[in-house]
Amino acid sequence: MTSSVLNPAGVTKNRATFRRTIVTCAVLLLVLLGVIVSTALIGSERLPTAATLCAVVSFGRSGCGLTADQFDILFQIRVPRILLAAAVGGSLATAGASYQALLRNPLAEPYLLGISNGAAVGTMTALVFLGAYEWSRPLLAFAGALIATFAVYRLARGRAGATPERLILAGVIVTTFLSSVIVFVTTMMDVTRIRSFTFWLLGDLSSTSETLLPVSIIIAIAGTLLLTANARSLNLLMLGERDAFDLGVEVGRVRITVFLIASLLVGSSVAASGSVGYVGLVVPHLVRLSLGSDNRLTIPAAAIGGALFVIIADSVARTVIAPRELPVGAITALIGAPLFIYLLKRS
Amino acid sequence: MILEAKDVVIKYGDLVAVAGVSVALKPGEISSIIGPNGAGKSTLLRALNGYLPIADGTVKLNDQPIDRFSRRTIGRHIAVVAQEAELRFPITVLEFVMGGRYAWATNAAWGWETQRDLQIVEDVLAETELTNLSGRLMNQLSGGERQRAVLARALATEAPILLLDEPTANLDLSHQSSLLAVVRARCDKQKVAALFVTHDINLAAQFADVVLLMRGGRAVESGRPANVLRPDVLEQIFGVRVLVDAHPISGAPRVTPVHTQ
Repeated sequence: MTSSVLNPAGVTKNRATFRRTIVTCAVLLLVLLGVIVSTALIGSERLPTAATLCAVVSFGRSGCGLTADQFDILFQIRVPRILLAAAVGGSLATAGASYQALLRNPLAEPYLLGISNGAAVGTMTALVFLGAYEWSRPLLAFAGALIATFAVYRLARGRAGATPERLILAGVIVTTFLSSVIVFVTTMMDVTRIRSFTFWLLGDLSSTSETLLPVSIIIAIAGTLLLTANARSLNLLMLGERDAFDLGVEVGRVRITVFLIASLLVGSSVAASGSVGYVGLVVPHLVRLSLGSDNRLTIPAAAIGGALFVIIADSVARTVIAPRELPVGAITALIGAPLFIYLLKRS
Repeated sequence: MILEAKDVVIKYGDLVAVAGVSVALKPGEISSIIGPNGAGKSTLLRALNGYLPIADGTVKLNDQPIDRFSRRTIGRHIAVVAQEAELRFPITVLEFVMGGRYAWATNAAWGWETQRDLQIVEDVLAETELTNLSGRLMNQLSGGERQRAVLARALATEAPILLLDEPTANLDLSHQSSLLAVVRARCDKQKVAALFVTHDINLAAQFADVVLLMRGGRAVESGRPANVLRPDVLEQIFGVRVLVDAHPISGAPRVTPVHTQ
């Protein structure tokens, strides 16, 4: 947090700078790398430590003495899942940070606002009607997220920007409406699919598609970079659309761009893993607490922080009641909901 | 650098908020708009930097219609000081004032502030006496200090035209004149053109070179304070009897309402 130590001589300290951003992100990336490698060791199936580490570090080029089965578990199941967790976490955290800046409210979060539900409805529509085409899922999820975003924005908009009350109300309206739609569509599915689908809806990283995983990763990285490119404009928008306008921000253009990218991030996450909630609330908040509110630093840091958060949450989800699994959304909600209450009381 | 509005008409739907008002800002000159609530003062101000669209008339910046310019260009030429919106994120005074340099960034999106930006911000913080508070969070400041920060941010844009919307509302006596004194100094030294909308007639009388009186969306009179601030005109505009004499020290017109029981 920018400290309150006053330094009249060095007035310009304690702010986000290019160097500070690069260094912080580099450190976070190293931590992420470390976490990815170490969580590869965790799972319901025990793998030999040294051999696993060796195999992971060599990017799977060397078997390092693992059996064929162990190798498959590592590189067909576990590592893809960890990478998906990173992509989903990074996407949701970045989207959350952006929604918060745009809606001028630290409580704006894709899951709570019903945007994840919009993406879920899109995914379900794709599954039910266009099941054969795998690509239709992230595409319709994106469309669903976009529609939900605009609905929330219009509902929450007031003179003073989205006040906490209006925002939560808008979120409740959109979320409950879309939940009913989801229930409706679910009842149209056959019984065997319902259970796995309900599990998915709560945030399930186990069904990693081979074609969609690279897509999720690319979208997460590209989305974060594009949003960071708009970060300075978001810094001003965060203080008020009119103020931003006065200071030279193309408010309309930035708003549309950020909404589109954020919806894409949410859509791709939900299409891949269902609704993992609270990531977009917890991570940006912790990042702002420790690094300040400058979005040029907050957004990339939130991306990496989100990846870390979901990787760790998923590790808990797949080991705490092994060999069975919890949906990762349950873990993130257990952490996130109390924080939400705390933030609500403070606002 | 001249900002000129001619016969401007502004509508909110069918409601005519401003009906054919003209105003011209000149370098080094402070203008003021006075009038009762609903006279259209703030509405007119908001159209001067392009925030509100006009239904008729023209707003010209350097003899070019203002809608020809990009937002960024307008941001470099016109700065606005208005009531500050509610801040829900922690931001320091320094970061807040640095926002004023946005319009000058060569790559406004990711663009980081240059050494020159930092120097300008430091100077502006000194000008508004906020240097010692630069590391504090905005919501730890008093109302007067926050308004100074808003002014500092506007000054950091180096814009030659300054628009102030009720800048002294919610400020106590000590801050009211100091804020406008900073504006006056800027106008004198750097030939900035300023326009402020206010309810405080005496503040306008003291600081403005030109006063525009508005009522019901129309311009009633415009000119030097001594000429324009007359009891008959003020009574017509505000519906209250007033006494106008000369301030014993500054010589500016001093308006005192007369409340007869």
